Amino acid sequence: MSELAYLAAGVLFIVGLKGLTSPTTARRGNRLAAIGMLVATVVVVIDLLVDDAQMAWAVVISGLIVGGAIGFVLATRVQMTDMPQLVAAFNGFGGGASALVAAAAIVAAGTGVAVETLVVTLLSLVIGSLTLSGSFVAFGKLQGIISGRPIAPPGGTATNGIIAALGIACGVIAVVTGEDVWFWAAGALALALGVSGVMPIGGADMPVVISLLNSLSGVAAAMAGFVIGNQALIVGGALVGAAGLILTIEMSVAMNRSLANVLFSGFGGGPVDQDIGSKPVKRATAEDAAIALAYADRVVIVPGYGLAVAQAQHAVRDLATALEARDTEVIYAIHPVAGRMPGHMNVLLAEADVPYDQLQDLEHANPQFPQTDVVLVVGANDVINPSAKTDPDSPIYGMPILDVDEAQTTIVVKRSLSPGFAGIDNPLFYEDGTMMYFADAKVALEETLAAVERL
Amino acid sequence: MSDAFISGIVVFVLASFVGFEIIRRVPPTLHTPLMSGANAISGITIVGAIIAAATADGWISYTLGFLAVVFATINVVGGFLVTDRMLEMFKKLPARSK
Repeated sequence: MSELAYLAAGVLFIVGLKGLTSPTTARRGNRLAAIGMLVATVVVVIDLLVDDAQMAWAVVISGLIVGGAIGFVLATRVQMTDMPQLVAAFNGFGGGASALVAAAAIVAAGTGVAVETLVVTLLSLVIGSLTLSGSFVAFGKLQGIISGRPIAPPGGTATNGIIAALGIACGVIAVVTGEDVWFWAAGALALALGVSGVMPIGGADMPVVISLLNSLSGVAAAMAGFVIGNQALIVGGALVGAAGLILTIEMSVAMNRSLANVLFSGFGGGPVDQDIGSKPVKRATAEDAAIALAYADRVVIVPGYGLAVAQAQHAVRDLATALEARDTEVIYAIHPVAGRMPGHMNVLLAEADVPYDQLQDLEHANPQFPQTDVVLVVGANDVINPSAKTDPDSPIYGMPILDVDEAQTTIVVKRSLSPGFAGIDNPLFYEDGTMMYFADAKVALEETLAAVERL
Repeated sequence: MSDAFISGIVVFVLASFVGFEIIRRVPPTLHTPLMSGANAISGITIVGAIIAAATADGWISYTLGFLAVVFATINVVGGFLVTDRMLEMFKKLPARSK
């Protein structure tokens, strides 16, 4: 009977994920998936109780209380700007849990375990460990505990290859001999690889890394499902593995880079273009920006990571509301890799009560720029750099960008001329139609709003 | 290979394809909630964690089981809650009177 209950949980996960693909059904979808989780949890407890009431329930209950309390506090206290690091941490905990399930199975197992069981136990342990350490390094980078710049391991990326090869060797020996010590060695090497593998990846590539770790946490759960012979884990894990993989691919495509390039190139660590700041730019004050915006028929706002850093999502919404009150049409154009995780900007703007149908993705936004009077860029740089279209030598050549240079006027709010993550100059800043407004995003938006209200 | 293991592989492959097909066309607006919701689902490993903790004997397996339950519960509770918090904020454009 419990098999059927697990099946029901799996179905609820599928229906729930399906719900998450549309804004109108997403909240219900998430709740259905949560109900599926509750069903699976209750069923396993009942199963164990029926089996034998004399079990280590104190361990289970205390674990549920401690974990539930930590999860509750983290989820309710987090700022929306910090969502990428929270999701990274949750990925890490999920991967870690699967690795620990495998570890417990290794400790409990006697001799004569079937080879396929050894293989899935190893995979659950190794993938879970990799997800755990990789996610917490990503967390550290996003939280600013570790530098967001790429940090190469000693010996360069070849070191990662050596660690991976040793890990595979230990894994093979573990499966062949079935001896515990080789499992622990493979798990330890996987932990090391998570650290040395994510350290060389720069901050702007985090959307890809988080998506990939998300996928891996699902695969680890599915492998744990094989270890304990539970279909709910296999279904749930496989779904998450697939979802994470799709996002990983989409993010790589949005940067016109292969996954291998993101993982192994140390992008963003190159020398910074020395010519930056040597050419004249047209500077704008809050009044200049206000006049341009207030008399425009159509304004497109392009938010970037700088907006998140400055916590300027409410300020941008206030300015947009003031412009709309003057009959200016305002939309937001959001690049897929704006921010530090997929869809991060959308969540921030949703927090500021921007309706989601005002948020346009790259495909829908680009045809609209030629008919746009003013583009307001807030804290974005590489994703609007026309070199991606015009300069075959540019490191970002071929990356899909928002074509803001096709609008009449562009106002760029930025703290300084310092380059974006790619370390390259942005020719857009020197164009005739571009005004540079050097200030913190929040301050600039608030001053512009004040100036609009004075008009 | 046991029959149970083979049927596990069948389920894994089919569920992967279902996942691909469902999520392929998700709008970028929902990428973050999708990821954190999916992340919460990967906390299904809580079932394995509970089994590991409940059947533990000896301090090594107690520790492993306890940590597994803690980690998985953080993932499940935190993941679903924060996703709900985010989705609560997503609102449609109200019909504006011009």
